[in-house]
Amino acid sequence: MSVLEQIQRQVMWNRLLAVVEEQAQTMIRTAFSTTVREAGDLSAGIFDLQGRMLAQAVTGTPGHVNSMMESVGHFLRKFPADTLQPGDHLITNDPWLGTGHLHDLTVVTPAFHGGRLVALFANTAHVIDVGGLGMGPEGRSVFEEGLYIPIVKCFQAGRPNETFFDFLRAGTRLPVELEGDVYSLCACNDAGVRRLVQMMDEFALDSINPLAAFILDSSRRATLAEIAKLPGGTYRAEIWSDGYEQPVRLAAAMTVGADAITVDFDGTSGLSGRGINVPAAYTRAYASFGIKCVVAPDIPNNSASLAPFRMVIPEGCILNAPRPSPVAVRHVVGQLLPDLMMGCLHGAAPDRVTAEGSSCLWNPPLRGGPIVSGQNSPLVDFEVITFNSGGTGARPGQDGLDGTAFPSGVRTMPVEATENVAPVVFWRKELRPGSGGAGRTRGGFGQVMEIGAKGDAEFACNAIFDRVAYPPRGRDGGGDGAPGVVRLKSGTILRTKGYQVIPAGDRLVLELPGGGGMGPPEQRAPARHAQDLRDGLITEEG
Amino acid sequence: MPGLAPMRKGRHPGAMQDPQTQARLAVDIGGTFTDLALEQGGGRRTAKVLTTGAEPERGVLEGVAAILRGAGLTPADVGILVHGTTLATNAIIERKGARTALVTTQGFRDVLALGNESRYDQYDLNITLPDPLVPRHLRLPVPERLDNTGAVLLPLDDAAVQDLVPTLRRESVQSVAVGFLHSFVNPAHERRVRDILGHALPDLPVSLSSEVSPEMREWERFSTAAANAYVQPMIAGYLGRLQAGLREMGLRAPVFLMLSGGGLTTIETACRFPIRLVESGPAGGAIFAADIARQCGLHQVLSFDMGGTTAKVCLIDDGQPQSSRTFEVARVGRFKRGSGLPLRIPVIEMVEIGAGGGSIAHVDALGLIAVGPESAGADPGPACYGRGGDRPAVTDANLLLGRYDPERFAGGAMRLHPDAAEGAMRAAVGAKLGIEAEMAALGVVEMVDENMANAARVHAVESGKTYAGRTLIAFGGGGPVHACRVAEKVGINRVLVPSGAGVGSAIGFLRAPVGYEVVRSLYQRLGQFDAAAVNALLSDMAWEAEAVVALGSFGAPTRQTRIAYMRYVGQGHEIPVALPPGRLGETEVAGLRAAFDAEYARFYDRPVPGSDVEVMSYAVLVATVPGVAPATVAAEAVPGSVRTQQVRDTATGEVGSWTVHDRATLAPGHSVPGPAIIAEDETSTLVGPGWRAAVDGRGYLDLAREDA
Repeated sequence: MSVLEQIQRQVMWNRLLAVVEEQAQTMIRTAFSTTVREAGDLSAGIFDLQGRMLAQAVTGTPGHVNSMMESVGHFLRKFPADTLQPGDHLITNDPWLGTGHLHDLTVVTPAFHGGRLVALFANTAHVIDVGGLGMGPEGRSVFEEGLYIPIVKCFQAGRPNETFFDFLRAGTRLPVELEGDVYSLCACNDAGVRRLVQMMDEFALDSINPLAAFILDSSRRATLAEIAKLPGGTYRAEIWSDGYEQPVRLAAAMTVGADAITVDFDGTSGLSGRGINVPAAYTRAYASFGIKCVVAPDIPNNSASLAPFRMVIPEGCILNAPRPSPVAVRHVVGQLLPDLMMGCLHGAAPDRVTAEGSSCLWNPPLRGGPIVSGQNSPLVDFEVITFNSGGTGARPGQDGLDGTAFPSGVRTMPVEATENVAPVVFWRKELRPGSGGAGRTRGGFGQVMEIGAKGDAEFACNAIFDRVAYPPRGRDGGGDGAPGVVRLKSGTILRTKGYQVIPAGDRLVLELPGGGGMGPPEQRAPARHAQDLRDGLITEEG
Repeated sequence: MPGLAPMRKGRHPGAMQDPQTQARLAVDIGGTFTDLALEQGGGRRTAKVLTTGAEPERGVLEGVAAILRGAGLTPADVGILVHGTTLATNAIIERKGARTALVTTQGFRDVLALGNESRYDQYDLNITLPDPLVPRHLRLPVPERLDNTGAVLLPLDDAAVQDLVPTLRRESVQSVAVGFLHSFVNPAHERRVRDILGHALPDLPVSLSSEVSPEMREWERFSTAAANAYVQPMIAGYLGRLQAGLREMGLRAPVFLMLSGGGLTTIETACRFPIRLVESGPAGGAIFAADIARQCGLHQVLSFDMGGTTAKVCLIDDGQPQSSRTFEVARVGRFKRGSGLPLRIPVIEMVEIGAGGGSIAHVDALGLIAVGPESAGADPGPACYGRGGDRPAVTDANLLLGRYDPERFAGGAMRLHPDAAEGAMRAAVGAKLGIEAEMAALGVVEMVDENMANAARVHAVESGKTYAGRTLIAFGGGGPVHACRVAEKVGINRVLVPSGAGVGSAIGFLRAPVGYEVVRSLYQRLGQFDAAAVNALLSDMAWEAEAVVALGSFGAPTRQTRIAYMRYVGQGHEIPVALPPGRLGETEVAGLRAAFDAEYARFYDRPVPGSDVEVMSYAVLVATVPGVAPATVAAEAVPGSVRTQQVRDTATGEVGSWTVHDRATLAPGHSVPGPAIIAEDETSTLVGPGWRAAVDGRGYLDLAREDA
């Protein structure tokens, strides 16, 4: 290969990363679901014909990191490559073939060039409603959680599959929006296809296989080089979730070897009867993300850069839930996995991990009106959710981030916007003083939210909160972050999970956890301590 | 300093009443240089002086005196002075603004700190988020609460506001912002705070979020109000001193300020809303390109301004630069979206990429060539400057490819050192990849061109635009060098390189209309559209904008543009839809739906069946009518010879003999086939293989792809 061709390969890799970014932006611009367009809960990528992911857009969702990657193989098994034609779009929301719950739609689209199939584009997005019980932990099996879409063609040779769309519209509370989202997902892959074809024309390619080999080979080598910097050995950690019926233990033994990091989850609790169970692909996604942040954050995601992170997940444990377990809110457990991975990596690279953080999103799903209170409710029916976060864990050289999502990368929406779409009033939403774990660097502060319905009418919250019984732990002598609190303003403590009514005249108060601290608090720089005091975020007592 | 270029006589129908005898003067204060452009009758003179940091008005006054002296004019001959400055931006970046407090709704003390609760980099555990401009101990909550309709849920506690006075005194607060929830619907509580504080502290400037940025989204609105308050005392002081100095010098002309949105405003308005001055320099560049687009009758343009540290691209349709209402200032993660402070003001929408002549190349962990965003700056600069820089920059790569004559760079003002460039390129890139320095240079240039093209492509998607049929207008020192290859990569077949590109922003100032844009939120579904309420709002907004423009238009004709920001119910991103003139009646409202569907389909291929449409907000822009500027007529060609240079083509990797022409030797009608280089003092235009450059009647270089 000539030097020029070597350079062009580099340029084309760069181009593929821009192509998937363009693919993702198209979805953000056209999607209907707030989860996609406001929060960025989506993923997009390009695959070769063997189903290997070559590039993935950098979006807000670690949960899709390699779960979407695995799903393309499932699509190809159902619809082999040689049966696909231009204008086909394939879809599923199967939690075990996609990204772990029914709310995530995955669409795969073949890309043709010169009449030949050359690549596949895939994307995943979290939609607002797929019928069933709605987003919450209450389901006892996946069948209660909503509409179940097996892998089917939603467009065939450019024509919509009307039977599919009939079923889709009939199975949701928001038919127009859901149909619009499917169109958006297809448009997003179309954008990717167009750009790939242009690139192949520009560089006179008739196949992307040599480029794929270069990308995967470079990525594998770079990832292995990073792994080689870590001391070999087996490192163990555990972490606890509040669970639904009872606390849940997540255990991991991480072995850093020459050519892989292998995590064995033996010792992890069994299944829950409710929707906090995690399908294996989602476990692999969040665990890989946690490792990657520490070990190889600069290497783009693709099949080869993720392959060295291997997971052994015992069947029947909560991190490898079989069909038809309820899995709707698998994130509440799954989002603890990066903290668990950093617990292990602390043994190998103590100066590169953070303390534990709030980790799980504290998204209050709010509902009210006659659907909650009967015909005499003063409110119209509403259903609304906001995305909120506590503090992140202290970093080796910096404090944790206050009220910031990690590991999730979603963004919250303005209070003013939320109050415009639902009859709710947020009476308080500000930092929670004293909640960050003390340390040489301290944990990020959580926040306090006080929410009422308009006129302080009755409403309900379908709680999905964690880190109440088990607050984020500090590391290396740093203090724990403050545990979360879920309560009524009048004082009654509420359950962390499940449907609960807030009586008329009362309000819901959420105190979000703070991050853990790192290092001995007495080593904290006096100026930083003084600034926290001045800002009213800590008191002299600590 | 270039001499006066002959220009067509005639009255400029743009911004001002402009008697031919009176001179028009533009001053653009940048970080390093203050650029001046002077036009009178048919000629233009430009100048660059050093920016004088602590007292920027000193550099301006000296520059003004010098350029007038050089032209044989007196201050009294100046008919208008247009001014743009990065002072507001720099004050925020360097955190040198006023000690500012924020009075806010109780329970919402930390809106500025919480932001959108997200990280701008998903994989970097060690990111730093920007500190709010107002620290927590100066964020002062008071009891009050409005609901989303503006109804009072909790009355403002006057006594609590009064009680802030001792705190403001004790903390030596110099400027106050007020931000209450839903104040854009009902500003009464915010105004009441201003009244109470004004009574006790009459000299304390107060910025209300409901005036600075009356739009939904509390973080963006409060952030904008806080930034306005933060820069206000400094800008007001500077403009006051500048105006006094100009008067003292004998300059009686009205002074206008360039706004980030591309219009001009008076000193009085600028003192009230100084935050609208950020990014006025780049806005001038876009106006410059838009003016050229109008002169040349180009309806779809991409402006491409590449300087020493960054490149900026802007989409210009029908002579109008694309506008936006969101902007980020002072990004802490280099050029990373989400890492700055949000401002919600009218701005010319541009994408800024960390790709300039000084951008440094290296090889990353994957063994890939990476360029920027780190920049060698002007000092030490690229390795070939011979000032001690030892890391290869884009300028070094261009030199190694044979694109610059080392003896004639910057008109011969600076001798370049190819040996230093080669050594740096070999060490940082070539050796790591096992390739020669020349091929490493090719890789660096290809990668930086690819990065700019990728950013431009994604920007088009975000804007719902395409590049087919567009013309690229290149300026800045690097623009004309990289234009052809970037155009090829995004699928553009025509490139225009105007004259005067080195001080494009300052020239752009002279082309800007006097204008003012008012934006207000009023949420309605088209299904239940209240035309009366909308008509009332629009006329109120028009009145407000007219009043501001009247201060500077001196009776020149104005034009009103009205935009509704609409989307399908449930979507998150609005698209702008132009409203017909006059009162909206039933017919117009029915037409709105059709107009929206058509716009949507244009952006995203297919409209969505069955969905209602909602209007989120409106914009009313009142501006003097921009005319076609007095177009430059090409200077008389001077005699000169054609040289050749060995240049390596980045698309094929092959070295060939390229002709080199001095731009001054090319008369209108002259045509240069590629590959060729057209050199001038401030830049070089590369005419790639397969391209042909023609010199048009204005002296602009018009490059077209012959193989397209």
